[in-house]
Amino acid sequence: MLALGIKDYLIKTPRYTVTFRQFLTMNVDENDSLKIVGTLVAVEKEQQPTQKRIYIMAKKALLTASILAATMTAGAVQAATLDDVKSRGTLTCGVSTGLAGFSQKDENGKWSGLDVDMCRAVAAAVLGDSEAVQYKPLTAKERFTALASGEIDMLSRNTTWTHTRDTSLGINFAGTNYYDGASFMVMKDLGVSSATELDGANACIQAGTSTELAIADYFRENGMSYKAVTFDTSDQTRQGFESGRCDFLTSDGSQLAALRIGLANPGNAVILPEVISKEPLGPVVRQGDDQWFNIVKWSLNAMIEAEEQKVTSANAADMKANGNPANKRLLGAEGELGANLGLSADWAYNIITQVGNYSESFERNVGMDSPLKLARGINASWRDGGILYAPAMR
Amino acid sequence: MFKQKTIEEVKSASRKSSSGTTSNAFYNNPRIRGFFYQIALVAGLLYFFGTIIGNTLANMEATGIKTGFDFLGAAAGYDVLMSLISFESTDTYGRIFVVGFLNTLLVSAIGIFFATLLGFIFGVAHFSHNWLIRKIALVYVEIFRNVPLLLQVFFWYFAVLSSLPGARQSLSLGEAVFLNVRGLYLPKLIGGDLSSLVWIALGAAVAGIFVLRRWAKKRQELTGQQFPVLKTSIAMVILFPLIVAALTGFPFTVEYPALKGFNYFGGITVIPELMSLAIALSVYTGAFIAEAVRAGVQSIPHGQTEAARSIGLRENKIMSLIIVPQAMRVIVPLLNSEYQSLVKNSTLAAAVGYPDLFNVFVGTALNQTGQAIETIFMTIIVYFVVNMVISFLMNRFNSAVALVSR
Ligand SMILES: N[C@@H](CCC(=O)N[C@@H](CS)C(=O)NCC(=O)O)C(=O)O
Repeated sequence: MLALGIKDYLIKTPRYTVTFRQFLTMNVDENDSLKIVGTLVAVEKEQQPTQKRIYIMAKKALLTASILAATMTAGAVQAATLDDVKSRGTLTCGVSTGLAGFSQKDENGKWSGLDVDMCRAVAAAVLGDSEAVQYKPLTAKERFTALASGEIDMLSRNTTWTHTRDTSLGINFAGTNYYDGASFMVMKDLGVSSATELDGANACIQAGTSTELAIADYFRENGMSYKAVTFDTSDQTRQGFESGRCDFLTSDGSQLAALRIGLANPGNAVILPEVISKEPLGPVVRQGDDQWFNIVKWSLNAMIEAEEQKVTSANAADMKANGNPANKRLLGAEGELGANLGLSADWAYNIITQVGNYSESFERNVGMDSPLKLARGINASWRDGGILYAPAMR
Repeated sequence: MFKQKTIEEVKSASRKSSSGTTSNAFYNNPRIRGFFYQIALVAGLLYFFGTIIGNTLANMEATGIKTGFDFLGAAAGYDVLMSLISFESTDTYGRIFVVGFLNTLLVSAIGIFFATLLGFIFGVAHFSHNWLIRKIALVYVEIFRNVPLLLQVFFWYFAVLSSLPGARQSLSLGEAVFLNVRGLYLPKLIGGDLSSLVWIALGAAVAGIFVLRRWAKKRQELTGQQFPVLKTSIAMVILFPLIVAALTGFPFTVEYPALKGFNYFGGITVIPELMSLAIALSVYTGAFIAEAVRAGVQSIPHGQTEAARSIGLRENKIMSLIIVPQAMRVIVPLLNSEYQSLVKNSTLAAAVGYPDLFNVFVGTALNQTGQAIETIFMTIIVYFVVNMVISFLMNRFNSAVALVSR
């Protein structure tokens, strides 16, 4: 791994004695390496002739550098996220800074929403407790860095699954929990009823989103011009729109619905009919930890599958005992599904009893009875004419 | 290990080495040794950073993160709000970098200009004989120096500029200048065929001022007579271009901003993001510069003023001829660091969406490409170089104002 042009040293620590070369290939933690540097320094001081002091200092610097470098490599080796989460006892989940229906904190500090339910489902599957989640609010710009740097275990923040993100950011999309598309919202008094009338208008957009790209394409394609006024958070974007800095606000349709109910007077704004892009939103994990990737992917699928099987939080206990073979497999009464993921047999049972199936989560957070009033549309199960479809649970 | 040497031993050793028959090998030569250690240190540092960079790249490769500078040639696919050069979403990330860089230079230059102006006005106002002016200077410094800059940027943007009327209800000044929530719209001079002659005349006037100044100084040294340099200069700058413009039949047209559809088009647009950031930076840094100016003036002993009075100089001459030139020695190094902070503080642009380098490159470009190391590295280099240039210029300026002993 590291080519070293210096002599081999014997390294003695309270725990082991190895040669320096061996040491470089070991997994060490920071404390160890600091102790080792300390030991080397001490040993060499005793026997150094004065003339060689600086030579030894240079050698020590080299050693320290190599040890640090070795530690960095060792530390960066992909740790198993599952073990980290288990030993920590909580899941750290990246969410938005506040978006009604998807991830929003109430006055008691409790998070709720469709994306929050995704975090809760994984916590229920892994830790058996849907409340053992630590939420990390992130702006669009911060989210991928937070995930790549290991600050969060997973990202569940209305994030569009795009080819570029999936292939070049070192991340993996674990599925889609809401199929969306970018749209426009305008104030009624602007007198605009179609996006094609927006030539020369100003757009309020959140920085670092796929919407920035979608709108550039749309205006170019239609030979129209616009000015992009970008903001860091959705609150600022909404303020910019309300103050009149922009003529329209553009984002994914579900987010427009959420932002609209946050306006001082929601009745003044309308969402235009055009949908200009595909925005499949879903949970994201770091690349390189397939076990964790599987856990998040199948936690989402368990919620979708439960709806297909008509298993709900209310009837799950009964179905587990008395249901058909598919019910029993899903809920852990039969089969090895949990064990294959490295989880307990009741992983999906915990998700469904504590969070609910996909339909329950949808209706509670964004459905017709919620303030957002979003129809299921294409987000219905394939059995009801939508495109939500879980791979086979066997 | 070492026994104490006697004086004799030391002496004879030194005699030996000076006669060239030294037993000391070349590695005991302090110069060679010093040289060697430096090389070793540099090599060690290179090795250290090389290993870190190598490991980082290897790790990024292993986790599937793209690396390298290829992205600079790829189409960005998004638009920027304001650009001093033409920019479309089909242009590259490399061009985005230049756009952001120019925007950073623009807001920094505006900020430095107005901060200096405010700083000198309020710094000198501190010594005014008028109680009210002194107090205003004090309040200005205390308020704007002690409120966090980010808050001030937000204040100007969200509280002041966002409450301006909408595009269709703009405030206007003679139907030529318009102000609304989307910015300040100014008329623009568009030059015709002969307009370059007018600009040449302006350049000639400026050059003439330098010649005039040297001539006036020489004359004063020889004859003691003073020449009204300032008044003549102002007259030259105004009259030269005006005369040429009249002779060529005023080769300019004025383009007024006009409301077309959603927005005002034509003329010059100053977007509120730029305004709020520039105002906040100027006012904030101005407060610090005012303090620097105050410190500079205070560092001049009162005896200087008294001596100047005793030879009959007027009060304003005392300030401009005696106090300020000496105070500059204290002020300029402080200005240097204030200017550098201003450039660094301009990265708060992201808070209001002004498309400066940090916002469009470390913000959006990094986010769209995921190439954190590359974008951050390039951006750091830019801020570093800009601040080195400022430092270089200010040091030159400093040696120009330093006391010259005759
Ligand atoms: N789905 C898009 C857009 C996501 C996005 O950030 N939308 C804004 C809507 S204005 C949002 O949710 N902001 C919430 C926040 O900043 O916390 C993407 O993945 O880039």
